[in-house]
Amino acid sequence: MDFSLFLKVFQSTGFMSITFGNVIMWIIAFTFIYLAITKNYEPLLLVPIGFGIFVVNLPLVNVMEEGVGLLWVFYHFTIDKWDLLPPIIFMGIGALTDFGPVLANPKTLLLGAAAQFGVYIAFFIALMLGFNLQEAASIGIIGGADGPTTIFLTAQLAPHLLGATALAAYSYMAMVPIIQPPIMNLMTTQAERKIKMKQSRPVGKLERICFPLVATGVICLLIPESAPLMAMLMLGNLFKECGVVERLSKTASNELINIVTIFLGLCVGAAMPASLFLRPQSLFIFCLGLVAFAFSTVGGLALAKIFNLFLKEKINPLIGSAGVSAVPMAARVSQVVASKNDKRNFILMHAMGPNVAGVIGTVSAAGLFLTLLK
Amino acid sequence: MSEEILAPMPGNIWQILVKPGQEVKEDDELLVLEAMKMENPIFSPIDGVVKEINVKEKDAVDVDQLLMTIE
Repeated sequence: MDFSLFLKVFQSTGFMSITFGNVIMWIIAFTFIYLAITKNYEPLLLVPIGFGIFVVNLPLVNVMEEGVGLLWVFYHFTIDKWDLLPPIIFMGIGALTDFGPVLANPKTLLLGAAAQFGVYIAFFIALMLGFNLQEAASIGIIGGADGPTTIFLTAQLAPHLLGATALAAYSYMAMVPIIQPPIMNLMTTQAERKIKMKQSRPVGKLERICFPLVATGVICLLIPESAPLMAMLMLGNLFKECGVVERLSKTASNELINIVTIFLGLCVGAAMPASLFLRPQSLFIFCLGLVAFAFSTVGGLALAKIFNLFLKEKINPLIGSAGVSAVPMAARVSQVVASKNDKRNFILMHAMGPNVAGVIGTVSAAGLFLTLLK
Repeated sequence: MSEEILAPMPGNIWQILVKPGQEVKEDDELLVLEAMKMENPIFSPIDGVVKEINVKEKDAVDVDQLLMTIE
């Protein structure tokens, strides 16, 4: 019996081409899927990302083959060539976001800005470590804790780092409840953590409708490169607040954002073949991402404490750390830490102010990088 | 002396843990308010008896809305 045919078939399978790098990436993929399913760590992103990593690291599989691969086509047209997916996700995020807490207390915009401090710290450290300007910016933006903005910026400035920076951003967003509280406790006294804040003023419908229009105009005139993200964010918000396009608002915040999230996750995972990801620079990116995130937390807390030197009505500095853009996770963390110190202290809605302002802050930082470095 | 329990933030009533006429002590959990997909327990500020509950589970409430009265 001629076994050479069977041997030929077997040799054509991927089993003969599995490398050590493939196996490492499968372990990473399964770890993310495990964390997403059992610990509920950002499951909407980590399940498709983990699966994308797994598939793209199966040898001889052509899903990322240039011009023909299924995932290559998705990745090329929706991220690489036109950078479409992050702005569309932002439209959904805008339709889900309530900017009322920012309007009720506009100084929270500054807390959102201060929480971008880590972006710039990590940018400079990355430069000192030998990354070029574009790579350093893509690494620094991880400090904004905003997945779509990280992808948007990295796809344009340093696409070869997309997998690592996106994964770092989403990983740290999921770990907000672990990373932030020690920093918050270190930087504040118990008396400060117990500060109770007065109820914010009610915000009228006219203000809510005008805000997305004014914000788009002001920020896009100041930083034109931020327009794709900012305009889509505010369009989604206008859908939500105007009250006359409920179908559009519902679609943007449900079906559309879910569809785009599926493809975004797959594409980010597909951008992580072992050959690109398993390099020393990926480890640096993860470490620098953590530094960026930690310093962003520090920046928001520090500015809140500085405000209290001048304000008659003190703010609880714990809301400062909510300026990182992980909405509403960071605001929830502020509430958890505050209630541990005083179970009758409710700062959640106050923390939402800097939390949503942080989204604007991160988009502005990304726009600035694009203006200077594209 | 009666104490009004007001909603500290807008949200939804997730769980009501007491009944009218029930004796409660200071720091007993009265109800759970859900906001931003987070459960926020509301504690009794005084020892007393639940006089009246003005909301039911799944109700949406506004900030400072009366939830219950303890006397």
